[in-house]
Amino acid sequence: MTGINWRGVWAIFHHEMTRFFRTIMQSLLSPVISTTLYFVVFGAAIGGRIESVEGVPYGAFIVPGLMMLTILQQSISNASFGIYFPKFSGTIYEYLVSPVGWLEVTMGFVGAAAAKAMLIAFVILLTSFYFVGANILHPFWMLAFLFLTAIGFSLLGFIIGLWAKNFEQLQIIPLMVVTPLVFLGGAFYSADMLPPFWEGVAKLNPVLYLISGFRWSFFGLADVPVGVSLFAVALMVVICMAVIRWIFATGWRLRE
Amino acid sequence: MNAIIEIDNISKQYEGGTKALDGVSLSIDQGEIIALLGPNGAGKTTLISIICGLVTPTGGTVRVGGHDIRKDWRAARRLIGLVPQEIALEPFEKVMNCVRFTRGLYGMPPDDAYIERILRALALWDKRDAATRELSGGMKRRVLIAKALAHQPKVLFLDEPTAGVDVALRREMWQVVGELRREGVTIILTTHYLEEAEEMADRVGVINKGNLLLVRPTAELMGEFGAKTLTIELDSPLDAVPASLADRGLTLTDGGRRLDYEYDAKADRTGIARLLGDLAAEGVSVRDVSTRQSNLEEVFMSLVDGNKEGAA
Repeated sequence: MTGINWRGVWAIFHHEMTRFFRTIMQSLLSPVISTTLYFVVFGAAIGGRIESVEGVPYGAFIVPGLMMLTILQQSISNASFGIYFPKFSGTIYEYLVSPVGWLEVTMGFVGAAAAKAMLIAFVILLTSFYFVGANILHPFWMLAFLFLTAIGFSLLGFIIGLWAKNFEQLQIIPLMVVTPLVFLGGAFYSADMLPPFWEGVAKLNPVLYLISGFRWSFFGLADVPVGVSLFAVALMVVICMAVIRWIFATGWRLRE
Repeated sequence: MNAIIEIDNISKQYEGGTKALDGVSLSIDQGEIIALLGPNGAGKTTLISIICGLVTPTGGTVRVGGHDIRKDWRAARRLIGLVPQEIALEPFEKVMNCVRFTRGLYGMPPDDAYIERILRALALWDKRDAATRELSGGMKRRVLIAKALAHQPKVLFLDEPTAGVDVALRREMWQVVGELRREGVTIILTTHYLEEAEEMADRVGVINKGNLLLVRPTAELMGEFGAKTLTIELDSPLDAVPASLADRGLTLTDGGRRLDYEYDAKADRTGIARLLGDLAAEGVSVRDVSTRQSNLEEVFMSLVDGNKEGAA
């Protein structure tokens, strides 16, 4: 086996990004609109009564959660649709007959999905500056969390796209699992605000660790230790990679 | 000639137990065009899919350009281009970008001049900026060919290239294949149009029920099985073949209105002139004559039928 086919990786990445830029308006506009709505409803209407959480104005407090919500949703939907579409249109054969292995295909699709999700997250960050002003305590760690989370959930989306046999299956996991996890993961509140029992339950939610770590990079506040957050997201990347490798090695839902 | 593809005892059994291929071996020379012929479900597409990497074989080996398709898959796949049976294209992608994408996927540096050349050869250059969904069926198929050629493969697989296309387009495809042959590309095509195999292929392989029944040069196959028949239509029906012509192997058909005479077209003496002279001498008046060569279809049917009897 020779080295990695980087041109192949670039071809897939470029192809996926082109599709994204072809629909740039709807790709960027809809998250900006929904984020603005969140700021209006949670930040201004409700936030006006909450004032602050652990010293952080409520409007600013929800920014990391909103960014995470978007990163998670966008990563999963980009990556799952990205690989599902060739399966649907039949063009998947090209990836299977060309000299690209699981790693190249994954890097191309997941890299593009994560890049798109991060781009949208930055647009949301800029939008939030307009409402609540800029305030990032640890910019490096903020980027690290953003990057790892985008990769981790793009990998998960990639697996969903490989697994899905129809459009319904493609939608079901983001809808039934991911969105509830984000809302229950402390996007709009701190886990300490919950009664003790529910705080314990919330700590079983992996998304809580992501949002907590991410919020720490903004304000220095965390529900759980930052190291645990980093470990959780790194673990997710490793597990997803192993699953994808297995799928390509066995040809499950790809080859006969 | 060097073998570019060596298929050794390849078999494929699906999970349900269906045996799609049963120990197929075949060596394909560089630069030749070979047609794999067989009814639906014979195993043609399975064989192609195994060589290209879409289907994992249950036994046997395949080497392409000396590279094992499983151990040394990257090197093997770089040599191969595949035009699949089903038209599968990204509907919103432009033709030019589609072809560029495939070239990149194979790890080749961009070369728009080369892509222009293949698009021109396939009469697609004017459509280079059109989205693939705007193209006609024939154009889409040509885009698939352009994609398969994007990385300058040594071997091209065409899986039923003219299935469901009209006569004019079929001729056009044959022309494209002819041009590729001149460039030295080895071509393996599957078809159930026998005319197509006859027209294009140097060799024909007949597959049925997962077995390769034979592989022979097309001309030899046609010569061997291709006896010609002279049909003589008579003005008035005969009761029997005239006694003086009894040893000529004539058959009287159509209620005595037709005489069939089988002969070897390549023989020095076909005996046609003498037969017609003798018929005139017998006072048999001839209305019309025609000749017919048995085509691959008949050759094929006789082989497949023979296979059935052999199996029974």
